[in-house]
Amino acid sequence: MTQTTVVPMAEAAAAVHEEKLDRYRELRRAVWLLSRSFSSMLGLGIVALFIILALFGSWIAPYPEAALGSVNMADMLQPPSWEHWFGTDDMGNDVLSRVIIGTQISLQVGLIITLGAAFIGVPLGILGGYLGGWIRSTIMAVTDLFLSVPSLVLAIAIVAVLGPGIVNTMIALAAVWWPGYVRLIDSKTLAIKEEPYVEAARALGASTPRIIFRYLLPGCASPLIVKASMDMGAAILAAAGLGFIGLGAKAPSPEWGAMLSVARGYLPEWWWFAFFPGMAIYLSVLGFNLLGDGLRDVLDPRTSR
Amino acid sequence: MTLYLIRRLLVFATMLFGLLCITFFIANVAPGDPAALAAGPNATKSMVEAIRVEYGLDKPLTEQFVHYVTDVFAGDFGRSISTTRPVLDHIAEALPATMELIIVAMGFAIIMGVALGVLAAVWRDTVIDHTMRVFAVSGIALPMFWFGLLLQLFFAVKLGWLPVSGQLGLITERPEPITHLLIVDSLLRGMWGTALEGLRYITMPALVLSFPCLASVARVARAEMIETMASDYVLGARAQGLSTFSIQIRHALRNAMLPVLALIGLRYGWMLGGTALVETVFDWPGLGLLMVNSVLLSDFKPVLAVTLIIGFNVMLANFLVDLAYALFDPRLRQG
Repeated sequence: MTQTTVVPMAEAAAAVHEEKLDRYRELRRAVWLLSRSFSSMLGLGIVALFIILALFGSWIAPYPEAALGSVNMADMLQPPSWEHWFGTDDMGNDVLSRVIIGTQISLQVGLIITLGAAFIGVPLGILGGYLGGWIRSTIMAVTDLFLSVPSLVLAIAIVAVLGPGIVNTMIALAAVWWPGYVRLIDSKTLAIKEEPYVEAARALGASTPRIIFRYLLPGCASPLIVKASMDMGAAILAAAGLGFIGLGAKAPSPEWGAMLSVARGYLPEWWWFAFFPGMAIYLSVLGFNLLGDGLRDVLDPRTSR
Repeated sequence: MTLYLIRRLLVFATMLFGLLCITFFIANVAPGDPAALAAGPNATKSMVEAIRVEYGLDKPLTEQFVHYVTDVFAGDFGRSISTTRPVLDHIAEALPATMELIIVAMGFAIIMGVALGVLAAVWRDTVIDHTMRVFAVSGIALPMFWFGLLLQLFFAVKLGWLPVSGQLGLITERPEPITHLLIVDSLLRGMWGTALEGLRYITMPALVLSFPCLASVARVARAEMIETMASDYVLGARAQGLSTFSIQIRHALRNAMLPVLALIGLRYGWMLGGTALVETVFDWPGLGLLMVNSVLLSDFKPVLAVTLIIGFNVMLANFLVDLAYALFDPRLRQG
């Protein structure tokens, strides 16, 4: 007995070390694969650019006061020039500065919606997939129900009752976004829980929480990262859409959708006012989509097609 | 097949009940006082109370729910606060406009998506193929409302080829309704001018609505084409001496169509959701615009009615797609 406990200690340590090394190698391989794909690197570059803009926007923006809703009628609706690369808006504010500072809002909104949806969806998916039976049937029935109503329509209905605003937009979008996570995690959990190592852990008497946190959750990590990256883009797009139709952020806020909503009234003469905020939405969403697409090819090759 | 049909019908009915629960929950249980919302921001306390009694909002929730469900099945969605007309009338006007828009958008998505997919598959790994891939990813990322504004700017304002927005000119004579689809009715009544004008009005909104879908159709069509072109029976056809072109069109394309149609079926609900944005940009008098305008006026009965109608529509479409699948593929009837 003592022998079997003493000797394998070294072996176990070696095995753990080996496992860590394996993971490290796997990670390096993933990074290498990712770096070989042009579109993934383009996506990563765009995402990195927007993250930098979000973090240091108020230092980078040439006229940071433009985002605060100042009024500067003398410079109203100036076309793009050296002083104002993206021109100025109806209040005489620099559009470039507002777009840069708006990055922070859009990225934050996307992140909160994605995290909120994952926070609701992942536990439901794991519980349903692991426990099975009527619990799973109930969870999946509700999930299917939510999936069958277009999410944008449901979100608008929720915003209608809660009242327009950026916070309510985030609540509404997170409240309709979670079913995708349930589907994803449920199917992944169903597959993993039959794996020999999970069966073994259960046979050795591991508790349910231990199985969930030690084995099931890590097993779901890759598809979760891929989906979250794709969803960041989709959430930014949806929030901007709600801002555009006047249900999200409101005018003085430099949120891209809200800017576009005001700028729409100044088309066609003052096109730059609408063009650049829209371009920012498009590029940021494109960045997250390209990155997500690339990550899927690397992390989750079976589902890519 | 009968058993399968009954089972699917039961699922459909359950989903419908669930949908009613969701809309009821949003209206009554979610934070915010529905009576105060319905009364509008300038209402006095007594007005709010009057509305509470009128709408039966002072009764217990279960009673309200039963009331709500019976009303909906009787086609009674209440009255719009802003126009005081029954919500059902608004829906009846808006639904055909939205359906027409979606039908044309789906047509665009299928025709252009398949054409692009085939081109990319035939000229695989060439410049055309790479351009297509960029196009497919960017199609999903493109904000529809912004894209719509750009199209308006270019095709309507700069070139003057197409009208900026709306469904038909103000002075254009409208056909007597038969199907309530404007262009179809114009054709049936022989009003060619109106039909042509309707087509000019619908082109841009339908194109914008189809765009994200078009990109994924192109992607699927390309993959399917490449797969079938590599299959044995295509090799057989080649051995028989058929020309490459005829193989591509007659065999590969036909096989690629089924997944494309399935994809379109899946995207139907998504398109219905997209109408909220596209119809706002193009002032298209459909369900999406009705919903958005009602929200902006805090007129929440039409909002819930549109949610219900769109949800029902999608569920019905899913149900029909399932049935069609079962008809074509007997294996699925077991599941």
